[in-house]
Amino acid sequence: MVKDFGMPHPQHSGYIVCPHCDALFVQKQPQFGERAVCTRCRTVLIAPRRNAFIRILALSVTNLILVIAALFLPFLQISRAGFHNETSVMDAVLAFSDGPLFVLSLAVGALIVLVPMMRMVLTLYVLAPMVMGRPPAPGATRAFRLFEALKPWSMAEIFVLGCGVALVKVSALAQVHLGSAFWMMGVLVIVVLLQDNMMCRWSVWTALEKRKA
Amino acid sequence: MPLVRLDRAGETQGMSDHPDIRSARDCGLLACTRCGAVWSMQDEGAKCDRCSHVLQSRDTKSLQRVWAWWVAALMAYIPANLEPMLRTRTLVAETESTIVEGAFELIHHGDIPVALIILIASVGIPVAKFGAIAYLALSVNRQARLSAHRRQHLYELVEYIGRWSMIDVFVVAILSALVQLNVAAQISPGPAALTFALSVIFTMLSAQSFDSRMIWDSDTAPDAPVTKETHRE
Ligand SMILES: [Zn+2]
Ligand SMILES: [Zn+2]
Repeated sequence: MVKDFGMPHPQHSGYIVCPHCDALFVQKQPQFGERAVCTRCRTVLIAPRRNAFIRILALSVTNLILVIAALFLPFLQISRAGFHNETSVMDAVLAFSDGPLFVLSLAVGALIVLVPMMRMVLTLYVLAPMVMGRPPAPGATRAFRLFEALKPWSMAEIFVLGCGVALVKVSALAQVHLGSAFWMMGVLVIVVLLQDNMMCRWSVWTALEKRKA
Repeated sequence: MPLVRLDRAGETQGMSDHPDIRSARDCGLLACTRCGAVWSMQDEGAKCDRCSHVLQSRDTKSLQRVWAWWVAALMAYIPANLEPMLRTRTLVAETESTIVEGAFELIHHGDIPVALIILIASVGIPVAKFGAIAYLALSVNRQARLSAHRRQHLYELVEYIGRWSMIDVFVVAILSALVQLNVAAQISPGPAALTFALSVIFTMLSAQSFDSRMIWDSDTAPDAPVTKETHRE
């Protein structure tokens, strides 16, 4: 079953291993829209989409524009007894900035702004050369690794739900209005979901390897 | 639908059962945990040619890291529930509230769905997560009551849901930034915001440290078919 044993570093490219349960399979390239699924634990192993890379790129650019705009536009406004205040995502990040809780400011900033933005930039860096038919950019494998490692730490969608909760909490205290940035963040969540759905890590790793000159 | 199948006399596997599936390790192969490239077992310890990650068939230090983060998370979670999360100052009064008190305030105002979101995200999920990770870590190399399938699902659930506990920290951040109405009303964060955030981050790291392939090792080890008849000496 296993050939090429003694060779130095033979990659067994005919096989695919499920990352979750270590089941070994003979690899078979699915058609666009089809999926290769681990028959033991049902993890999706390969899920190629037509023109996936270029679509992911387009979504990344959309995302970057949305994040940057949402950063400074107001997303919630309140008023009570003649006093007014409005807050942007940046203000929420800086909420903890004075006092001993400033570390939390850094963490919140990273989770809702920095990490999502970085992931977008990384996809641009990794996928743009491929779409243009060029060899991968230097350090593209490291960039894609980072992109994957950052996935659980990108929390924009949790932040948006948090806005909803904050809205309800404040409504007892003052009048609240949703700002334009709130809707931008909402769209952003959907775009990120679409993008993650489109991204097939197996296809990217294979493409990275094939294009490596 | 299952296009990937085991290389065995060309027969296709059914979706539901998996009697013929062998792990890469049992076939003398190992997969890179980063990029999925398949190598021979002899390459263990070397760097993956494709992504230069160190190759390991099983992460042997996995459980140690799981428990270290687990304990750290628990140590942060206890003060997170005892200390105030929010300080609210209005014209009439100044109040401090912990996570649970904040949720009960919402119930008093009649916002029961939102109170439930907060209670589930800040109490239900973390507690369930502590239990689930501990159970998964303890059930490795042991005869577990739950099947490997169930445990795999449990693990995926923990990984997916754990992040959502962060919502309360974001709510505090938003409120503190938003409610700055001079004397009329002011909200500021309490120390629990930090300890709670740490607790969520540590549990996420704990779950990520777990090597889920170990769940399946005790389940189907073709070299030891005796596991189903344990009473045989
Ligand atoms: Zn699997
Ligand atoms: Zn690799």
